[in-house]
Amino acid sequence: MATKQTQSAARLLAAPSIGLLLIWMIVPLGLTIYDSTLNYTLQGNPVHKFIGWTNYYYFVTDPAFLTSIWNTLVLVGSVLVISIVGGTGMALLLDQPIFGQGAARVMAISPFFIMATVAALVWKNLFMQPVFGLFAWIAHLFGAPPIDWFTNDPMIAVIIIVAWQWLPFATLILLTALQSLDLEQKDAAQMDGAPPLSYFWYLVLPHLARPATVVILIETIFLLGIFAEIFVTTGGGPGQATTNLTFLVFRSALRDFDVGGAAAGGIIAVVLANIVSIFLTRLVGKNLEG
Amino acid sequence: MARKATTSRRLVMTFVAYTFALILFFPILWMVITSFKSEADAIALPPKFLFFHWTLANYIDVQARNNYWRFAFNSVALSFGSTVLGLIVGIPAAYAFAFAPTKNTKQILLWMLSTKMMPAVGVLVPIYLLLLQFHLLDTFTGLILILFLSNLPIMIWMLYTYFKEIPHEILEASRMDGASRWKEIVYVLSPMAVPGIASTVLLNIILSWNETFWSLNVTNIHAAPLTAFIASYSSPEGLFWAKLSAASTLAVAPIVLLGWFSQRQLVRGLTFGAVK
Amino acid sequence: MGKISLQGVRKTFADVVVIPGVDLEIPAGSFVVFVGPSGCGKSTLLRLIAGLEDLSGGHVLIDDKDVSDFAPAQRGLSMVFQSYALYPHMSVASNIGFGLKMAGVPKPEIEKKVAYAANLLNLTEYLARRPGQLSGGQRQRVAIGRAIVREPKAFLFDEPLSNLDAALRVQMRLEITRLHQSLKTTMIYVTHDQVEAMTMADMIVVLNRGNIEQAGAPMELYETPKNLFVAKFIGSPTMNIIEGERAQKYGAPTIGIRPEHIRISREAGDWPVRVSIVERLGSDTFLYVEAEGMGQLTVRAEGDLGAKPGDQLFLSPDAGRLHRFNSEGKAIRS
Repeated sequence: MATKQTQSAARLLAAPSIGLLLIWMIVPLGLTIYDSTLNYTLQGNPVHKFIGWTNYYYFVTDPAFLTSIWNTLVLVGSVLVISIVGGTGMALLLDQPIFGQGAARVMAISPFFIMATVAALVWKNLFMQPVFGLFAWIAHLFGAPPIDWFTNDPMIAVIIIVAWQWLPFATLILLTALQSLDLEQKDAAQMDGAPPLSYFWYLVLPHLARPATVVILIETIFLLGIFAEIFVTTGGGPGQATTNLTFLVFRSALRDFDVGGAAAGGIIAVVLANIVSIFLTRLVGKNLEG
Repeated sequence: MARKATTSRRLVMTFVAYTFALILFFPILWMVITSFKSEADAIALPPKFLFFHWTLANYIDVQARNNYWRFAFNSVALSFGSTVLGLIVGIPAAYAFAFAPTKNTKQILLWMLSTKMMPAVGVLVPIYLLLLQFHLLDTFTGLILILFLSNLPIMIWMLYTYFKEIPHEILEASRMDGASRWKEIVYVLSPMAVPGIASTVLLNIILSWNETFWSLNVTNIHAAPLTAFIASYSSPEGLFWAKLSAASTLAVAPIVLLGWFSQRQLVRGLTFGAVK
Repeated sequence: MGKISLQGVRKTFADVVVIPGVDLEIPAGSFVVFVGPSGCGKSTLLRLIAGLEDLSGGHVLIDDKDVSDFAPAQRGLSMVFQSYALYPHMSVASNIGFGLKMAGVPKPEIEKKVAYAANLLNLTEYLARRPGQLSGGQRQRVAIGRAIVREPKAFLFDEPLSNLDAALRVQMRLEITRLHQSLKTTMIYVTHDQVEAMTMADMIVVLNRGNIEQAGAPMELYETPKNLFVAKFIGSPTMNIIEGERAQKYGAPTIGIRPEHIRISREAGDWPVRVSIVERLGSDTFLYVEAEGMGQLTVRAEGDLGAKPGDQLFLSPDAGRLHRFNSEGKAIRS
């Protein structure tokens, strides 16, 4: 509902953002697709021969590829589950009538503001180091042998670090949603004689559905590209144990200097991310209609 | 929440909530405490929690070794630069989407968000080479452009969410009053959307400040921000936990403080309007 | 000045025809009220005049000048919105003066005009405040003040009183009427409230589905409605409509009689009825009665009649004020 003048002005105003994002998307993507068809390494022959699908073939048939896909799924899935479930629990706790709610909230959400490299380094050293780390000492207190996290359970270690960063984010959003819950609804539920559990099940949980989809969307965007935590802690190892797709591509490019292969991997990552994004944006788009 | 919770129940809930909140906060606390220890105390067993010789030596060392202030300045410059660019491009776009939507608007917004899903690593090489070609590697301009473009979709979404809540009638009134499109945005829309713009700015600063992938890969010395500063402590040689902690504390302190003060504003924008 | 002509004005949104084609002459200096049920296109018509919507067809002329392609501000009109649409971040004075500032009027002159408008609307002591600190009625006056200072050719009001409580509504109604009398500028006023229409207008335009059902002076519409729609829309309580056999007795398929044009008797009359509900307003009493073969009727009586639910009464319509309609709902005038 606006005039043609408004519509054309609007097109003019939106154009820079659309244009820039289009360039930002298409130019690198086009170059990557181009590179992915070349025999292009930074060490060998400076002539880049066209080799068609060969890079894709090698990337996909590399056993590390399937491992990295699996690792990506495990990492994203675990962190999503932990942060949504834990975040809901934490939000419910903070929403209770407690003393000093503000201070508790500030403490609980702080990890979200910590940069990935710092989080990874602090956890890797101060907590998970197998001799002097705090966890080793706690294990020692209980008479258990200390866990050598990055040797024996590297993926769990990475998941703990990443989940620690993102659980507070879920808490923050879900807590705000809880606090926006209509109090009259709560009163009405009490008048209807609804026990607390069914109040939670029928009124609170549905109310959290919309913010939860937003949490899933935003977290997935960032979790698919997890890089720094792995770079700083395990370097993708031991073996391929913590190599996700991002890291695999990074390694092909900067460790193996295989630009063509990395480009093929990058395109595969883009395709996979877009499949995920189609599902997610649908979900969010639908959820934001009302 | 004026329900008549008994004091004892309230105390129990307080205890439980603080326990979990402390568990989440503890790594940060432990980092800060460790930063004031000597290296020997930092790896002492059993760990020393409060009773040790508190010292500022690590902070002095870190500054001497890496020149913290230069990295901090870079972080500030990069965050603000990318945010200002984001506002200049994002506000008009969000205005258009919110106040003159067409049937494609929703699709365009979702497409913008999907560019955010594109894994950075997929385009690392060409962007690296492009930056090289234009002599933008390790420059502010290069990294600011990248941060600006990669955060632009989220900025537009947040601004759009806020703008949508502003009644059309007010903008129509200004149109009746003879305001041109720009005057409408400058005099009427922007002042009314100050809280929304503020939270968009805050989130963008936090995201830019903490961005790691690009800042590690396209900077070296000149434009390296604090994320790169801290990554230099990741080398495994030796157990310099106290210095590591001091450097970490310095790297995160500004943004954590900013986050604490702005959590309320932040969250509203982040939910894309799913929570009022 | 401020003569506005609509010539074949059409508006469609996508495939939906909101206004199929309206022709209307609004004389300079008149107070015209667009009235109709929600969705009748009255607000759209106003917005078309304002230039906030594009015409799909036809022309809008202001003082014989075709302004169809003019931007809102170029048309020299002012608008008062339903939500007031005040700028919340500006003081009352800045709100009122914003349009002048946009037009590049020098500051001292803005101040003079703002002071004049504020004085006219009793806003002088609130000039420094923000809209959020004002009551509903005060906000309304600020919105009007903003419209006044631009000295427009015509004022457009879009349901300006619907957010006020009943008492304030009556008061603001009087203030707007008084304003019209002193400014003598054309005013176009949109409302769904027929009481506002009757009390304020020089000319009422009754709209239904984007068509003008009837346009004329209030009493003209009250006394000689052109059709059933207008007959039912104008007047409160609504005109009683009687169809079928009972109506045929009066020589029409459908007849209408207003509640105030029925005589009531306990002994004898044309229609025997039974009282179901009695509403006492003090000065008047409204009786809702069941009449055999006619369904429910409403009758107005002066003072208190002392009737109770269940009472038997006799009603006789005032034959001279009976409205007859043909089978298409058009009034039959003899």
